[in-house]
Amino acid sequence: MAETMSVVLNVNGAGRSVSVEPRKTLADAIREDLGLTGTHLGCEHGVCGACTVLMDGEVVRSCLMLAVQAGGAEITTIEGIGAGDDLHPMQRAFSEYHGLQCGFCTPGMILAGIDVVSRNPDPSPQEIREEMGGNICRCTGYQKIVESVQAAAAIMSTEGGSA
Amino acid sequence: MKPAVFDYSAPESIAETVDLLAEHGSGAKVLAGGQSLVPMLNFRLARPAHLIDVNGVDELSYISANGALRIGSMTRLTALGESGDVARAHPIIPAAVAQIGHRAIRNRGTIGGSLAHNDPAAELPAVLMALDAEVTARSADGERVVGMQELIEDRLFETTLGDTELLTEIRIPAAAAGSSFGFREFARRHGDFALAGVAAVITTDGSTITQAALAAFGGTHATRLPTAEAALVGAETGDAAFAAAGAGAAADFPSTSDVHGTADYRSHLINVLTVRALQDAAGNSGGGNG
Repeated sequence: MAETMSVVLNVNGAGRSVSVEPRKTLADAIREDLGLTGTHLGCEHGVCGACTVLMDGEVVRSCLMLAVQAGGAEITTIEGIGAGDDLHPMQRAFSEYHGLQCGFCTPGMILAGIDVVSRNPDPSPQEIREEMGGNICRCTGYQKIVESVQAAAAIMSTEGGSA
Repeated sequence: MKPAVFDYSAPESIAETVDLLAEHGSGAKVLAGGQSLVPMLNFRLARPAHLIDVNGVDELSYISANGALRIGSMTRLTALGESGDVARAHPIIPAAVAQIGHRAIRNRGTIGGSLAHNDPAAELPAVLMALDAEVTARSADGERVVGMQELIEDRLFETTLGDTELLTEIRIPAAAAGSSFGFREFARRHGDFALAGVAAVITTDGSTITQAALAAFGGTHATRLPTAEAALVGAETGDAAFAAAGAGAAADFPSTSDVHGTADYRSHLINVLTVRALQDAAGNSGGGNG
């Protein structure tokens, strides 16, 4: 086994030191070293968007970063967005408007949706489709996802709710 | 773990980076935004012995608009696309950046990384070629300035830069007064790599075209379109000149076939996209297009 490096990952507000090989992607470190398996891995080459996380508030593909590159950054995964009864408006909207079926793409969709609405509080269906074109869903046909993001935008404009 | 084992360095200065490149040479690969290199590592299409991560080299990230536009190679595509200085100097750049990948890709991807990776379907090599940009390459032995055409030649997925050189800066001369642009590409889905695309910058004295710089991407390599340019310079703006330029562009274009489209289809696209880009440019004239 190759040499490992120590890096402090600040994920969802908590800093944890992990010892990883430099070749380990951030996505694998989040899942395997931190045990946060809400971040999903689909294609592992930057096409599907399932591994989307927020880094310092901006969406990034965690499969296209090395864990050792993430030291010093604030990472937010789906677990930091909301869980149980305390759901983010984006999560509530996806639930209410059937924005998911199997759920595999959903963590990435939720984070991408929050990013879209944070930059454009009232996005049109066309804008949502263009902005979220980097997140692939194989179940829904996207119609319900677009409706969910629009509904979430409406909730967030009254309730607030950034990531 | 998907990538093969590599040694990893994270230098914090250009000087440190070029020393590492001098030490490791062809065994090393520079990691910029990683939006192309990390997929290649994940597929093990790239197996560098040593990875030199320049994300911590802060002096490579800047946009300066004093005179010629100077852009540090590690400037992220989101910053490039949202820069007021860039939009004022060369509005074709944000128009092209909006077509690159998706937000998450642009948040990490860099201008220098796109040029050094030199994907033949990438927007920026062609756009910067049409803008007569130059890049600065630094090595432990010094620094040199390379024009975009000299950088790309007919290469794909590599450039004429040497193994020990680091692309540090992109310099773009000021646009001619009265110039305007058109940028068109065709992709199956928004954010996908384009099958073909055209960047056009023209200058007129009212009705006659005095300068034309066109470049295409999506073939075997990014290229200027000299036959199209020759068909435009001295001609009146309008359908006849644009049609001649379209035909010339298709003749100049180094087309290629793959699963996404045949060479004939791509050449046809270049013809049509050239005409549309020129129509856009004609409609764009004035109005702060530099």
